[in-house]
Amino acid sequence: MLEYAIISSLKIIVIIVVLLTGCAYSTYLERKVVAFMQQRIGPLYAGPYGLLQPIADAIKLIFKEDFVPDRAERFAFTLAPIIGFVPAFMVFAVVPFSSDVTMFGYEVSGIISDLNIGVLWVLAVGSLGVYGTILAGWSSGSKYSLLGGLRGSAQTISYELAYGLSIVGVIILGNTLSMSEIVSQQATIWDWYIFRQPLGFVLFLTCAIAETCRAPFDLPEAESELVAGFHTEYSSMRFSTFFVGEYAHMIAVGCVGSTLFLGGWQGPFLPPVLWMAIKVFLFLFLYIWLRATLPRFRYDQLMNFGWKVLFPLAILNTMLTGLIVLW
Amino acid sequence: MNFELIIFGISAVIAVFGATMMIAQRNPVASVLYMILSLIAQAVCYVQLGALFLGVILIVVYAGAIMVLFLFVIMLLNLRGEEASEQDTPAVSQFTKYVFSVLLTLELVFIVKAASLDSVATQVADQVADGFGSVRQVAQVMFTNYLYPFELTGILLLVALVGAVVLAKRERDSYSSATDDADDDRSERVVE
Repeated sequence: MLEYAIISSLKIIVIIVVLLTGCAYSTYLERKVVAFMQQRIGPLYAGPYGLLQPIADAIKLIFKEDFVPDRAERFAFTLAPIIGFVPAFMVFAVVPFSSDVTMFGYEVSGIISDLNIGVLWVLAVGSLGVYGTILAGWSSGSKYSLLGGLRGSAQTISYELAYGLSIVGVIILGNTLSMSEIVSQQATIWDWYIFRQPLGFVLFLTCAIAETCRAPFDLPEAESELVAGFHTEYSSMRFSTFFVGEYAHMIAVGCVGSTLFLGGWQGPFLPPVLWMAIKVFLFLFLYIWLRATLPRFRYDQLMNFGWKVLFPLAILNTMLTGLIVLW
Repeated sequence: MNFELIIFGISAVIAVFGATMMIAQRNPVASVLYMILSLIAQAVCYVQLGALFLGVILIVVYAGAIMVLFLFVIMLLNLRGEEASEQDTPAVSQFTKYVFSVLLTLELVFIVKAASLDSVATQVADQVADGFGSVRQVAQVMFTNYLYPFELTGILLLVALVGAVVLAKRERDSYSSATDDADDDRSERVVE
């Protein structure tokens, strides 16, 4: 019991540290990649190739003035970044990062908690993150924030259904809700669910971008019309908490996507953790690529797309998968 | 007194606290937040009783979807809580308020007298079989023993859905003589 508790705590600490570093360096990755796509150079001066830029940014944000607007609801204003931040990290509790390994004589599994309803846990926890956006928008006492918060909630409600349904195909085929079992079903590349659920994968990818509020679905923080949307009034560490939360959410979606559709940690030659990292990196790169390529949707286009295209397609995919399995 | 019972007790207290604060708050947004707290605590209670699936579904459906809609509507109407005062409520609802609170309190007293917390929690935890509350078992019971109630619930929800669409449609017709396209634009702007 004690041994289990210690190993689990160590795993949690390691994952959180790795994730925080990963979040910081995703900002660097994003700036560099977008810069190259736009014929620029990107961060360059802090350290070699600008590699220390995320650390410099973090130090700057910590020492900035922590400002709370006069008309803000103080308690909710403080709570909002935390609510936006915590659920993104809770997703990683059920993500299998690696196969079981023996370390210092202990058998350590590559997953914090192998829930038998892991996929549902991902959906449940992921759906809680939107409260950060809503609360931030409501509590700031600013019209731009409020509009951003409203957009965030409407967008999440619209895309959550299709998001959940896009995963259902994999669940039907795999006949399980456990993340580790889904990984073990995809031993070779031909077993990857991306080939058996191509429509499901595209739907998952699209809805995931809307869920994480990334471009081209970043309406809650559309800077051309809403200043900065729901986090207009935030500064200093509170702002960076939102920022880290957003990147953690991206990495979480990458982890879930590679687990469900790309075979998780399975892969030849390289150690499992590295395969997982490569697959997550592919997701992140795709996100950044899309951001640099596509213009932002208009709001009514976003709603129409969600309800009239993605949602019917998701239902169609679920029905087809069910029919094929029964047949 | 084992570890699980302690967690069950804590989450049960939090659930009741959240529910109480939900009623006591004047600010509707705060009420919604306390309700979410209560729902999450209830989900923990379910998990402690072995019904992991039900607990997570409670969070997905209620905390993740329905409460977001509640918050959305409250923010859209910009309710700040000062409007609802005692004078505005009609005498009938003033009367029913007291009647129902007395009735519900009596019911609560009877329930508490019938079963003490300690015995219920341990009994339920001991009695459950293997795989209790798993997806398979819930689905099996829902689609065999309780198929008709389940389908009836579905029809009931469908009726509510159609009703909502009809109501929304009628209201839109009454204040507009423009084309359908212009109507669509307006409704989307309201959502924005």
